[in-house]
Amino acid sequence: MRCAVAVLFPVVLMLVACQREERDTRPQSALGSGEQPTPVTTLEPGGQRPSPTDNKAASFEANAFHLSEGKRLFGWFNCSGCHANGGGGMGPALMDEKWIYGSSMESIHATIRDGRPNGMPSFRDKIPDDQIWELAAFVRSLSGNAPSSAAPSRNDDMMAHPSENRMPNAATLGKSP
Amino acid sequence: MKQAAQPARSCGDAPLTKRSSAPRKRSLGAFAAMLLVCAPLLTAASESPPAPAISPPAAAAPPDDGQWTMPAKNYASTRYSELAEINEGNVKNLQVAFTFSTGVNKGQEAAPLVVGSTMYIVSPFPNTVYALDLSKSGAPMKWKYEPNPEPAAQGVACCDVVNRGAAFANGRIFFNTLDGHTIALDANTGQPVWNAHVGNINIGETITMAPLVVKGKVLVGNSGGEMGVRGWVKALDAGDGHVVWTAYNTGPDKEVLIGPDFKPHYDTDKGKDLGVSTWPPEAWKIGGGNMWGWISYDPDLNLIFHGTGNPGPWNPDLRPGDNKWTSGIFARDPDTGAAKWFYQWTPHDLHDYDGINEQILLDMNWQGKPRKVLVRPERNGYLYVLDRTTGEVLSAKPYGPVNSSKGVDLKTGRLIENPDKLTGTGKVVRDICPTASGLKDWQPSAFSPKTGLLYIPHNNLCMDEEGVEVNYIAGTPYVGMNVRMIPGPGGNRGAFTAWDIAAEKPTWSLKENFPVWSGAVVTAGDVVFYGTMEGWFKAVSAKTGDLLWQFKTSSGIIGQPITYRGPDGHQYVAVLSGVGGWAGAIVSGDLDPRDATAALGFVNAMKDLKNATTAGGTLYVFRLP
Repeated sequence: MRCAVAVLFPVVLMLVACQREERDTRPQSALGSGEQPTPVTTLEPGGQRPSPTDNKAASFEANAFHLSEGKRLFGWFNCSGCHANGGGGMGPALMDEKWIYGSSMESIHATIRDGRPNGMPSFRDKIPDDQIWELAAFVRSLSGNAPSSAAPSRNDDMMAHPSENRMPNAATLGKSP
Repeated sequence: MKQAAQPARSCGDAPLTKRSSAPRKRSLGAFAAMLLVCAPLLTAASESPPAPAISPPAAAAPPDDGQWTMPAKNYASTRYSELAEINEGNVKNLQVAFTFSTGVNKGQEAAPLVVGSTMYIVSPFPNTVYALDLSKSGAPMKWKYEPNPEPAAQGVACCDVVNRGAAFANGRIFFNTLDGHTIALDANTGQPVWNAHVGNINIGETITMAPLVVKGKVLVGNSGGEMGVRGWVKALDAGDGHVVWTAYNTGPDKEVLIGPDFKPHYDTDKGKDLGVSTWPPEAWKIGGGNMWGWISYDPDLNLIFHGTGNPGPWNPDLRPGDNKWTSGIFARDPDTGAAKWFYQWTPHDLHDYDGINEQILLDMNWQGKPRKVLVRPERNGYLYVLDRTTGEVLSAKPYGPVNSSKGVDLKTGRLIENPDKLTGTGKVVRDICPTASGLKDWQPSAFSPKTGLLYIPHNNLCMDEEGVEVNYIAGTPYVGMNVRMIPGPGGNRGAFTAWDIAAEKPTWSLKENFPVWSGAVVTAGDVVFYGTMEGWFKAVSAKTGDLLWQFKTSSGIIGQPITYRGPDGHQYVAVLSGVGGWAGAIVSGDLDPRDATAALGFVNAMKDLKNATTAGGTLYVFRLP
């Protein structure tokens, strides 16, 4: 009996360990899928309409692999040159609760892809579409908008702020609203 | 309480002034030396006051006409006014004459100009120019000019969207826009005369510096040392704006305008195409060396002097070599741009020590011999005295805490690196002083020939640095360094120091809580003005540093104060208030202090600035009642 438990326990453990998140091994075309309009305001004459969602957003948003890739690309594409490690510099801070052009995955994706008029460059044709989604997911994690189970948990570089999986939601800073 | 007007400078009171400002052992010797110097002067010209021991060359600093036509006051860049109505005794009575909103809540680094009865100010992006009529009550607006620069330019401006001022010459106002235009306006009407597009924001090029007009040419340099932009200085024809010459600060000699006239003092600057061979292949094309600071001009020598910015990227592992001609200073012929000499403050810069600070042109006796010198409080922490005819270093003494280097070898002119503070990829080096922003950044100092002192607004900060890998993508940052700054020794993040140039040491120094990011102005009334990032506008005694008067403005001050004689014959003092710039980006850019590396690490040292001041943009003008 004791022997059976000793055998079963590792087997159960192995099975549990096999529960890994899904990952596309073959990303879609570099230039991306459809381009849906992404409003940058909540003010819409005639009442707010539900904004279309991109089904890609959900697959990237809470995915640990994509978040960690986003963190790496954030440095590689020089996002950190303007936005530092989320505190901002030449560009605005990304770790606070203020969103100039919207906080949704779709809005951030559109911001990176198409640029914004006051200085955000357009990275269309420079960054493959899936990597833009990874960047968008990571940007959300900077303000605590990613599950702590998926957000990056370590920083390979000089301490700039606590790791993303420990960042409180910027809107509440860990307090109840 | 009114003090008698300062008597004309006489030989007798020169040593007195010196003694009171510098109570040191050499007083007897100095007195004897002064007597020797003064004796022939007394006999030769008993009526006109004899020249002070250290003074700017007359051709570069003509007698004061009460106007302020360029940010540095004159070609020698003394920022000294001969006006003395406001003096040590009555400055405590100063009150506001009028104010004016620039309408922009970004860092206000510009110097107002006063020409005749009109004041001109240029705002940060969107670079609106205002002309105010000083002859009427309340100084109503005469005209304004909106250049409508490209809004995208804000995204490639390294450290806030500042502008350091305009320049006046021959009935025209010349200024630069953030998106790379130099514009000439009719000073009377505000109508544009010409508009030259010289910078390209798509490679990260912006213009923030104040132009200097020399011999019918408008001298302009670019910004972008954090974006891998190759630095240049251009001379535009003041008449129609066409480019007369362009001198690059990296690359082959032909493009740097190095020719047969180039005679640098030190051997390390001699050789063919050093602007190419001191870099890895092609790296000079994206190597920085931008000219976003100050230019001085000596009409007697027919030379302009300008610094060159930091090499890019900041991570030095990516650019082994001396990285000529970055972080140095050029003397050039203003007619052709041809280089005459060069000196490199910081070869193979490791810490973002741009070499673009102001240079004050002075004539003085140096170790018994009359020398034409150039004084430079440099970003790497040393106060340099150079022979401006040759580029030879006469003196280089630290004017604050420095541990990134161990001095300057006066034989070779070379900065002696501290091996403990070498930065590189994947290595965190702690407690480097001064910071990337330098012991002093762009904020210009002022020199008074009455006291022989240089009044230096500066920082007192240290930093940790870690080099990281970086990719060059045109139009995006090219830095490769994580930085976090901390207050320097003593905890005061700024200081205002009066430096005795002849004695090579400070006479007095005032501690300030925040970096002193404003310029300074000094007057014949022996009053020095500067501002703090909390918003205090201060007047201190030029001799002792005693605080004589202060006024709290609406926002932190990082602008350049000026003083002028108004149409009513009275002396006024003016300054722009409005926090921002690199030091104040946490407020003007609303950055998040929880990230120690925000604003290239400056935010970590300025976490409490948001509680001390808010953004604004207001001109303050003061006068006696």
